Amino acid sequence: MCLAIPGKVVSISGDDPLTRMGKINFGGIVKEASLAYVPEVIIGDYVIVHVGFALSKVDEAEAQKVFEYLKQMDELGDLTEGEK
Amino acid sequence: MKFLDEYRDGDLAQKLAAEIHRVTTQPWTIMEVCGGQTHAIVKFGIDELLPKHITLIHGPGCPVCVTPLEVIDQALEIAAQPEVIFTSFGDMLRVPGSTTDLLSVKAKGGDVRIVYSPLDAVKLAAENPLREVVFFGVGFETTAPATAMAVYQAAQKKLTNFSLLISHVLVPPAIEALMSSPNCRVQGFLAAGHVCAVMGYEEYFPLAKKYRVPIVVTGFEPLDILHGILLTVQQLESGRAEVENQYARAVSRAGNQPAQDLIKKVFTVVPRKWRGIGEIPQSGLGLGAAYAAFDAAKKFKLTDHRVEEPAECIAGLILQGLKKPHECPAFGTRCTPEHPFGATMVSSEGACAAYYRYRRHEFTNAK
Ligand code: SF4
Repeated sequence: MCLAIPGKVVSISGDDPLTRMGKINFGGIVKEASLAYVPEVIIGDYVIVHVGFALSKVDEAEAQKVFEYLKQMDELGDLTEGEK
Repeated sequence: MKFLDEYRDGDLAQKLAAEIHRVTTQPWTIMEVCGGQTHAIVKFGIDELLPKHITLIHGPGCPVCVTPLEVIDQALEIAAQPEVIFTSFGDMLRVPGSTTDLLSVKAKGGDVRIVYSPLDAVKLAAENPLREVVFFGVGFETTAPATAMAVYQAAQKKLTNFSLLISHVLVPPAIEALMSSPNCRVQGFLAAGHVCAVMGYEEYFPLAKKYRVPIVVTGFEPLDILHGILLTVQQLESGRAEVENQYARAVSRAGNQPAQDLIKKVFTVVPRKWRGIGEIPQSGLGLGAAYAAFDAAKKFKLTDHRVEEPAECIAGLILQGLKKPHECPAFGTRCTPEHPFGATMVSSEGACAAYYRYRRHEFTNAK
């Protein structure tokens, strides 16, 4: 119930913010979800969907952070090894 | 899949694990609050990558598991009525009540239907004006926005044949209840990312301060969980107790404002009993006065009766992180997902079910 995976918004229907729906592609499986809680979302965005409702938009820049952190760790590792 | 596969990279997971080994100098006990995280930890063997003296304990974050027996019994009572279409998430169908479960009620002719979204239940009510459609509203802050919208839309459509059997629960009061218990061994928390996607994480600042525990908002993929553990251990090792956000790609500090607004409009905070744990003050959502007409418990004039759990099941201790599933004498023998004694064995997010699915052989061989 709390598990949710990110999916890509492939189409949007309806203008009323309360009943705006989107088709979301989860790696090939397309499901409908309400976009009522993510008024800012446009086609192409990735959203996290719970029981038929998109609850947040995935932030691309933030999504990179853990990889950047790991890269920095590598570089630090190289540096300290170089010192040895 | 984008935003998924890259967070399951084995080499990067090893790297994060190595960093956790490097920074850990003493034993620490960390609780992952959410059942989804428990599931990922056991499935991907994340606990096995960690230093021996880091203990992960599994928290109460499985909504199916904590829905009280009384409420399951109420669901069974309503679902058995001939005029009712009883709708629920699939996870709830096999949760044992005191005598039976929803699946058996369905087998005996009850009209029990699985819905993917609460809005499907509203649709059913609109299409079946002569039937009473009841939705079983359970879950944490992650499902509350969906339930709130269902009630709100039913009210807008003036549906009088739709109602809600509600047992929504809230995470921060449960953390508070755990921390204030004298048995509590938890030194740091991984907070449930998706709960925070809705509610934000303001509520955790006073908790981190009061109990001097690091609270790290964490996602659900292996790299997220390892990263969350690393951030927690770094805090513990340096004597900090702060709120951090590992899952910033989906969670902002303030959370989802429109969702919070509708939750506030439709629901009111109430005391709630948690299965296996007991009553926790201000830990649930009930229907607010303006929406009281949608309360199935009132509509069907249900009485709140008290019932006892099967004595053998230690799910309560497991939900509080005091025991692990394999320490239960019934685990994997008398209690299995086919014949569950407790809800922790039913739900895919329950700790007993996760251990049964991924770890059973280790424990049965060891026995
Ligand atoms: S294994 Fe079964 S009986 Fe034991 S605690 Fe888990 S659900 Fe209860």
